[in-house]
Amino acid sequence: MLEIRSISKTFHPGTVNEKTALDNVSLTLQDGDFVTVIGGNGAGKSTLLNAIAGTWFVDEGQILIDGVDVTHLSEYKRAKFIGRVFQDPMLGTAATMQIEENLALAYRRGRTRTLRRGINAAERENYKAMLQTLGLGLEERMNTRVGLLSGGQRQALTLLMATLQKPKLLLLDEHTAALDPKTAAKVLDTTQRIVERDHLTTLMITHNMRDAIAYGNRLIMMYEGHVAVDVSGEEKKRLTVEDLMQLFEKAAGDSIVNDRMLLS
Amino acid sequence: MNSFLNALPGAISQGMIWGIMAIGLYITYRLLSISDLTVDGSFCTGGAIGVMMIINGHSIWLSLLAALVVGMLTGMVTGLLHTVCGIPAILSGILTQLGLWSINLAIMGMKANQSLNVNKYRLLVSLRYLQDYNKGVRPITQHPIFVVGVLTLLLIGVLYWFFGTELGSSLRATGSNPCMARAQGINTSQSIVLGLMLANGLVALSGALMAQYQSFADINMGRGAIVIGLAAVIIGEVIFGRLFRNFALKLLSVSLGAIIYYVVIQAVVSLSGINSNYLKLLSAIIVGIFLAVPYWKGKYFAKPVRKGVTTHA
Repeated sequence: MLEIRSISKTFHPGTVNEKTALDNVSLTLQDGDFVTVIGGNGAGKSTLLNAIAGTWFVDEGQILIDGVDVTHLSEYKRAKFIGRVFQDPMLGTAATMQIEENLALAYRRGRTRTLRRGINAAERENYKAMLQTLGLGLEERMNTRVGLLSGGQRQALTLLMATLQKPKLLLLDEHTAALDPKTAAKVLDTTQRIVERDHLTTLMITHNMRDAIAYGNRLIMMYEGHVAVDVSGEEKKRLTVEDLMQLFEKAAGDSIVNDRMLLS
Repeated sequence: MNSFLNALPGAISQGMIWGIMAIGLYITYRLLSISDLTVDGSFCTGGAIGVMMIINGHSIWLSLLAALVVGMLTGMVTGLLHTVCGIPAILSGILTQLGLWSINLAIMGMKANQSLNVNKYRLLVSLRYLQDYNKGVRPITQHPIFVVGVLTLLLIGVLYWFFGTELGSSLRATGSNPCMARAQGINTSQSIVLGLMLANGLVALSGALMAQYQSFADINMGRGAIVIGLAAVIIGEVIFGRLFRNFALKLLSVSLGAIIYYVVIQAVVSLSGINSNYLKLLSAIIVGIFLAVPYWKGKYFAKPVRKGVTTHA
């Protein structure tokens, strides 16, 4: 479903801030793969997702989604294939627009926007039913501006928007990191449910090792711009946090010094 | 006091015409979050096109349509400078505005102004018709307040419809959150260009109406237009913000804001006898204060914000 062929990306080349964020990364995801991505700060996790989403173009390599070469497609054109939820709850929704308007925008992802009505009655019923499944009572607040919702509500809504038009690829960039633990757990549960229901090919970045182990059928760990650990299937099911740390040390030839990862 | 009351219908008429311009500005300033300085030039472009078309024997309606279309082109230039050439929006507007200075002169046959003979043409709006109405020789349906009022409501209706469509919604989303818009497959560059075109089309239309109203186009007629437009937007929001939630009513409040602005200016001129050359200074100060107040409020009188609990556990 997703094929990444040795992509590289260097930021600020030729300056003191030069940073190779992605170093010859190759990765292939099968249809229905749910891959969790972990790694320390600056390991290239978000860079990888942004490269796939087309926030900027990669310096080298190719990216194929469902056989289509999207390497040179702009971000908005790739959106046809990709559903995204960002770390910052503010980024995924339009704060000044109503819940139903946001959903209607997402419903038209990948379609030409015409002079037809931006939202119709049949859609509204559909959205209402979908909001109900979130269990947040948002179905009663369809005309509320999204800016009035909490971070958790906004992330849940963004998740719904990202999957409203079934995406070929779902990219989740630490989408629960800015939420309190209880809300984070709820949003993760919803994520799991939707991914399983729609059989979505998913890449999920997380800082939480336990979540990385508990969710998905495959786990990759990034280190200094490349994939350092790649575990899947039965091996992943048996994985423990200690295993993960050892794997990392072996791959990186270094002990885990990143405090953020230790805390996890 | 009497002179003020006599001048009131004229002030309201002018305010209504500027109100159409301000509605255009609302689209860029509020919906797209862009301060579009093109308007100082495109307002005059509209006036120049409108007057020259009429002088050259074209119909009033065709002249207004031409002003609208050329105004849209000026917006397109600014939009392309911004999106394709990567020039900051404010600077793109300044560049277009500067270029339009020459173009506007060229449109007016290299003259700084061109006048319309009110007796020769049947205009849509004119100060003369207002005076005629007062003398009782013209029906109310030709009174500028009536004509521009109907036109404004018509435009608000069209805009209300447009911003409710899929295309219009994508434009609003672009202004609200470009990151989200792109993630939902919206071509944000296209939205920005489209918004600037729409806005400047309205601005130029307003300029064409103003030229008819005052029966001349002048190279300086758009100077400071953005400030007047912003004043209208802000006054409208301050006074009607809590009352008007609906989008159409918000546009109406912009138009009302422009009327209030002109009535206040007229009151200052009539009642205080201030030299009218000071009006631009007065406008700049008033708009400056209104723009500063929300910032000060946020900075010094903000309620403590509860930070979301951030955990990476």
